[in-house]
Amino acid sequence: MGYILSKEGLNKILSALSKEYMIFAPKIFENGNKFSDLPLVRYGRVNSVDEIAFDAKSSNSFKETFMPISQTLFFFTEDAVKEADSPLAGQKGAIVFLRSCDIHALKRLDEIYLNNSEADYYYKRVRDKIKFVLLPCKEPFASCFCVDMQSNKTESYDASVEIDGENTVCIDCKNHEWDCFFKEAAQKVLPVTPSFVVETKTRVSVPEQLSAAQATALGFWAEYDGRCINCGRCNFSCPTCTCYTMQDLFYSDNGRAGERRRVWASCMVDGFTDVAGGGAYRKKNGERMRFKALHKVLDFKQRFGYTMCVGCGRCDDICPEYISFSTIINRLSGEVTQNGGE
Amino acid sequence: MEENNYLPFRSEVIDIIRHTKLEYTFKMAYNGAVLPGQFFEVSIPGFGEAPISVSGIDSGSVDLTIRRVGNVTGELFTRRPGGALFMRGPYGNGFAVGDYAGRELVVIAGGTGVSPVRGVITHFASQNSDAKKLTVIAGFKTPEDILFRKDFEAWKKRAAVILTVDKDEGNGGYPVGLVTEYIPKLDIQDLNTAAAIVVGPPPMMRFSTKGLIERGFKESNIWISQERRMCCGIGKCGHCKVNEVYICLDGPVFNFSRGRHLID
Repeated sequence: MGYILSKEGLNKILSALSKEYMIFAPKIFENGNKFSDLPLVRYGRVNSVDEIAFDAKSSNSFKETFMPISQTLFFFTEDAVKEADSPLAGQKGAIVFLRSCDIHALKRLDEIYLNNSEADYYYKRVRDKIKFVLLPCKEPFASCFCVDMQSNKTESYDASVEIDGENTVCIDCKNHEWDCFFKEAAQKVLPVTPSFVVETKTRVSVPEQLSAAQATALGFWAEYDGRCINCGRCNFSCPTCTCYTMQDLFYSDNGRAGERRRVWASCMVDGFTDVAGGGAYRKKNGERMRFKALHKVLDFKQRFGYTMCVGCGRCDDICPEYISFSTIINRLSGEVTQNGGE
Repeated sequence: MEENNYLPFRSEVIDIIRHTKLEYTFKMAYNGAVLPGQFFEVSIPGFGEAPISVSGIDSGSVDLTIRRVGNVTGELFTRRPGGALFMRGPYGNGFAVGDYAGRELVVIAGGTGVSPVRGVITHFASQNSDAKKLTVIAGFKTPEDILFRKDFEAWKKRAAVILTVDKDEGNGGYPVGLVTEYIPKLDIQDLNTAAAIVVGPPPMMRFSTKGLIERGFKESNIWISQERRMCCGIGKCGHCKVNEVYICLDGPVFNFSRGRHLID
């Protein structure tokens, strides 16, 4: 059902919902940017519509709202383990505002954490309690290539919230539990179709015919041996990256007790493949770049039937060496086409 | 709510068998189905978890042969029988002994690579073995590094056993050289059905599988077991992913016709 309401009307609804839900959305943090005097756009708790950054892309994705960078799994003593409470314990759940590409990325997170063999207990525990609100994109950002990755449109949301002009909010609600809130605040009830991007400035062409052996044999990966500094920011900002590493720690005031955490991991960073005894795979940055690129545009598709990368462009925005992932996809495509494919 | 797949269970250390200065076998209490080649995530809270393959299966216990090379494994060596470790698993596919029944079987293993295949060898070196012929080629660094000495003696009764070392400064009486030297000399009656299992360090696996193919073994009759870093064992943490494969889910045992196409 579609609704037209004012910002005040939406604020009342957000206020009512925030009694039961934690609400997360992209927010502006003044002077938080890596470049001085510039704002940082990142996810945070919100309670009103003016706190939400409708016209900016968050540098980190929505995933950090419910897949925290560091998450305690359980507490231990020498003899026993005790599960950590859910971050949503005592809450009805959480609401996350996100873009169409991000909703497509969510499907990829679910694929790994819910479907790739057994469901991950900690992910499912939180995921089941989250509602998703679409932030429609009227225009693409410079590095976006969602149209070519087919992630520019979605219908998988509880509601969409779009600002039209100064004080008009357009809502498309698919969650019937929420219709009562919107009905009460609505100035008009009529069908609403959220905006979506139809054309992007950045274009990519994902090679159709590609094999891992053929792609690995290409020479251009070696260029990234020196250019990439394996900082891992591309992975950490990516809404589809799911890797993590286990980390145990002891409490300093009680050496017999501690906790096991999982922390985000990156296939670009040293140590990712280290095995006991000193063995490691993919020691060169170029090899890691090839591994990551093929995961995003080939391996995941071979396993699950669709491409992993959703074209949000966050990795391009954040790379301190100005390495562009969209350019890598196009280079890969160009080389494959040049060599006649397989 | 589903079961928490990350909470380890407490398992008693029933016995510790010392093989070398660096390698011990921990006999751990465990009741449940398990196959040779599968692995457990073994942990000591505070030090972390490590994937350890099952080197023996008895009623009520599993053997875990551990080399002291990392943080977790180093700490494991401070444990004593009667104490406990935390474990979760078993994970991975393991070896299906049925794949090798009625065939000539060659097992080539290097160092701790013997652990995952020990159960397979014991099965086919037993009195009621259903393999046509069993050959075991195992390589260790020096005579001091040899694991499962008693097993090798027992296996000799029903299997052709070749035990080699890379280096022998004393007089261990073992042939010095690589396991690959023995592959061209293998006496195989039927190369269409003869099966081989190769487990060990990556270069050893690469040259052994190459040698087997040159000897006439079919790619689809060779199996390998891969070692990778694994933080979860259930296809989530991503450390063991190679191409479209998750070693922890789809392996660690692979038929070579698939395994040879994996590019790290």
